[in-house]
Amino acid sequence: MARRSKNGYEWGSPFIYLVAAILISACLTPVIFIIVGAFRTNSELTTDPAGWPSQWQFSNYTNVLSTSLFWQQAGNSLIVALWTTLGVVLIGLMAAYVVARYQFRGRGALYALYASGLMFPLTVAITPLYLLIRSLKLVDTLPGVIIPQIAFGLPMTIIILVPFLRAIPKEIEEAAAIDGCSRLDFFWRIALRLSVPGLVTTGILAFVGSWNGYMLPLFVLNNPSLYTLPLGTQAFSSEHSVDTAAVLAFTSLSMLPALAFFSLFERRIVGGLTGAVKG
Amino acid sequence: MSWRERGEIALMSAPALILFLGFVIFPVITAAYYGFFKWKGYGPPIDFVWFENYRIILTDPAFLDTLRHNAFILVFSLVMQGPLAILVALLLNKKMRGRSIVRVLIFVPYVISEVIVGIGWSLMLQSGGALDETLRNMGLDWLIRDWLADPSIAIWTLMIIITWKYLGFAVIIMLAGLQGIPEELAEAAAVDGASYWQTQWRITLPLLGPTIRIWAFLSIIGSLQLFDLVYIIWGQYISSTAGTSTMATYMALTGRLSGNYGYGNAVAVVIFFISLTVALIYQRFVLRRDTEGALTGGN
Repeated sequence: MARRSKNGYEWGSPFIYLVAAILISACLTPVIFIIVGAFRTNSELTTDPAGWPSQWQFSNYTNVLSTSLFWQQAGNSLIVALWTTLGVVLIGLMAAYVVARYQFRGRGALYALYASGLMFPLTVAITPLYLLIRSLKLVDTLPGVIIPQIAFGLPMTIIILVPFLRAIPKEIEEAAAIDGCSRLDFFWRIALRLSVPGLVTTGILAFVGSWNGYMLPLFVLNNPSLYTLPLGTQAFSSEHSVDTAAVLAFTSLSMLPALAFFSLFERRIVGGLTGAVKG
Repeated sequence: MSWRERGEIALMSAPALILFLGFVIFPVITAAYYGFFKWKGYGPPIDFVWFENYRIILTDPAFLDTLRHNAFILVFSLVMQGPLAILVALLLNKKMRGRSIVRVLIFVPYVISEVIVGIGWSLMLQSGGALDETLRNMGLDWLIRDWLADPSIAIWTLMIIITWKYLGFAVIIMLAGLQGIPEELAEAAAVDGASYWQTQWRITLPLLGPTIRIWAFLSIIGSLQLFDLVYIIWGQYISSTAGTSTMATYMALTGRLSGNYGYGNAVAVVIFFISLTVALIYQRFVLRRDTEGALTGGN
């Protein structure tokens, strides 16, 4: 019996590596197809679409990198994603702090209101939202994308942050109060620091969500020089539909920043969600 | 409660409340209002048509098709992704060399934008594309299909792409849930002679229940709102002939893109009510026991 239980945990080690290998190749094949495909010539891509480059062409990449439109659109994406992240995290933290640490009538209702936001996804609101943005004269401006993105990012942020803030022991707050620390001081000096894992998680989710956002920019932005990268990639791909290699190069380059950002912070995402999902 | 505290509550809640009410709640309410008009989006809506838009929507075969597609996507998202994600998460929760690299790599599809996923997959799947070529090289010519345009295949193609894209998110959530389960429980079961799979089935899975139910909730809502992937891969018009159109692509096509804002808003309201009904039923019967407070209100 004892041996069997020990084997229970060692079981199938090679099998696990095999499954992991299959999984990884399933996940990466399309990505590799995009990146490697861009090193090929168009004629190669037509005659032998699944092959490896016979000669590595860097020109597809350098051509995209030398266009100002790509850099402009990458810059737009960065501006939109950074402001969205900052807004979502800061405003969400303040709102979550009130729900988590103040006792007042209507607190439950307030939380329910934010949580109900999960049921009002962008898809449903997009048409009236566009009309609202139009009447605020924000069509074809980056704030026209940023502000709604912050608003729609709030519910998830608040839901993730509340358990973090609630988990801070009352004693710390009392001790701080005795030392002459007001509620707001406590917020800035202690709560902010203790909820860093949650802030990082929500920040990453907001950043990646905004970086990849498609529907809202599609409705709000018409001017190609204001496009974010997803729109730019889409426009490039329909304009250059014959030039597959160039499309692949543009596509590869637009996915690199999100990939780099994510691999840096992957561990934090799992860590930060743990508190929220348990709740 | 002191006035000072009241002031703090108001001050800290104000930005979130203003943004949330203004840009999330208000548009949904105005959608309900505009939905009663035959309105092209310019000038004030004056052509009040009662429930005419809704009558047209609910009797339009094209909309009923999208409803069927959304239902299909919803069911198969749960069935295809859920068990797979749990298995992968269990696998990645075990001690193995290179575990963190594997974790990062399987999240790659989730991080890539829908536009990139759409462009990459449609290039691979187009007739004579990389997939067909690979099948031909392997001598599997008979398997070759019109992956994107054949109405009996296309929705399955979409399901594969959805699974590929969103599995990583499901795995992240499951992994987070697994970390909350004390290891001692599995160890105790092992001491009592339970096999690995017995332990997973009897102990880990039930304890993972709340996580699974929250993931399923997000997946259901996501399935009902699906827009980007279909719109990017199948475009504005082809999705209906390929059998992949969704309620949201129907809304975009009949609403803003045709300039019929009144109608588009009515479609939004229909999507909202369907989502809300499904979400409330789900909460009432499934989520209630673990998220007291998180989604149902109160604490």
